[in-house]
Amino acid sequence: MQQHSTLYTIGFSAAVCVICSLAVSSSAVILKSRQQANARLDRQRNVLLAAGLVSEGESLSRQAVRDRFQQVEPVVLDLETGEITEIDPASFDPGEASKDPAMSRPVDPNPAQVRRVPNHALVYRVLKDGDLDKVVLPVEGKGLWSTLYGFLAVGADGDTIRGLTFYQHGETPGLGGEVDNPRWKALWPGRKIHGPEGNVKIEVIKGSAGPPAEDPHHVDGLSGATITSRGVSHLVRFWTGPEGYGAYLEKIAGAEGK
Amino acid sequence: MDTKQKKILLDPLLNTNPIAFQVLGICSALAVTTKMETALVMSAALTAVLSLSNLFVSLIRNKIPTNVRIIVQLSIIASLVIITDQVLKAFVYDISKQLSVFVGLIITNCIVMGRAEGFAMQNPPLASLLDGIGNALGYDLILLITAFFRELIGSGRLFGYPVLQTTSENGWYIPNGLLILSPGAFFIIGLLIWALRTWKTEQQEAD
Repeated sequence: MQQHSTLYTIGFSAAVCVICSLAVSSSAVILKSRQQANARLDRQRNVLLAAGLVSEGESLSRQAVRDRFQQVEPVVLDLETGEITEIDPASFDPGEASKDPAMSRPVDPNPAQVRRVPNHALVYRVLKDGDLDKVVLPVEGKGLWSTLYGFLAVGADGDTIRGLTFYQHGETPGLGGEVDNPRWKALWPGRKIHGPEGNVKIEVIKGSAGPPAEDPHHVDGLSGATITSRGVSHLVRFWTGPEGYGAYLEKIAGAEGK
Repeated sequence: MDTKQKKILLDPLLNTNPIAFQVLGICSALAVTTKMETALVMSAALTAVLSLSNLFVSLIRNKIPTNVRIIVQLSIIASLVIITDQVLKAFVYDISKQLSVFVGLIITNCIVMGRAEGFAMQNPPLASLLDGIGNALGYDLILLITAFFRELIGSGRLFGYPVLQTTSENGWYIPNGLLILSPGAFFIIGLLIWALRTWKTEQQEAD
């Protein structure tokens, strides 16, 4: 192969860089709106799934997701007080809010290994005939390999779990990955978060728990996935507790009682 | 297509298979083969990247200054991988989420670099394109066979549809969790290599 001059080498490299970066950036720009629409749709679908407004394995068209999302009202909460704020949910970026030090605060070491909680959180109020039916709360926490991200649906009494679903995790397929199994997820609805004294009592246990009516505070652990089960337990307890949505749950429970 | 081109295209399927003969690209072969669906999309992504990178590298092979050739190849490969990843995110969002970093890691897949440096730098564009497609198909073949066994034995499903009724669905089949874990892929790829080298004895290495 012939030798090239230094100038040629630099010029050639520069040209390759320019062409490659043009190709990459134009693909990113052209596809961006589609990707964002996908991400939004995916989030909405998962909210609907947690809220029980779409059944497992049911595939919905984009339009159907949008239609069913009509009965869901996103609101931005002040986590500490549980008050709904004036912040526009459409412009609120939950990912950004958890990361930005100005928009989040550190929490004490906790079993769910959540280090920071955002000051504000985007939650979804699911309405039925104009009244609050349940709320869908984003939750996250460590499992065995990964952080699990999901949604917890809680009834308007602020106590009864209506559904739990994870939309992102890296747990072992077949073991911890069974958190996605519809049969396991079906164990959650009907369980109660709080014990008689108002403390958070819900827990994932080893072995099997009774039906929700008899054994409302326990959920079967996943066999072969002790650490993932424990992680799910911790994260549900953390986010329903005082540092999570505790204040908000109390508030909606109070409103229900009136 | 003359015999030489046919040989370039078909040899990598069984005779010089990138995974089974050259033992390259094992990392991604472990990671994406727990399900047929992810393996198929990964195969498509790698086929696109490998054939196009071979084509582009070959097109400018006489212009590339020798001392920066690797970095030039890498720029081309990396750009193609990013574009592929963007396209997957835009059109098959769910699967791209499951593949997570592994599409991005095609950049470091030895097969792609290996074919660019080992073949496309010395051969004309058409032959390089065929070589890229051939090697990608060889990779895809092993990936899909591995995924077939891992998904079937490991979770009783194929493309997500239940084939063997598992006990957790009130059936009879107890899924073999080992196949879902990474070692399961090693066993299957190992058995495939064994079978292939028993059949094609010229692939065996001298002791």
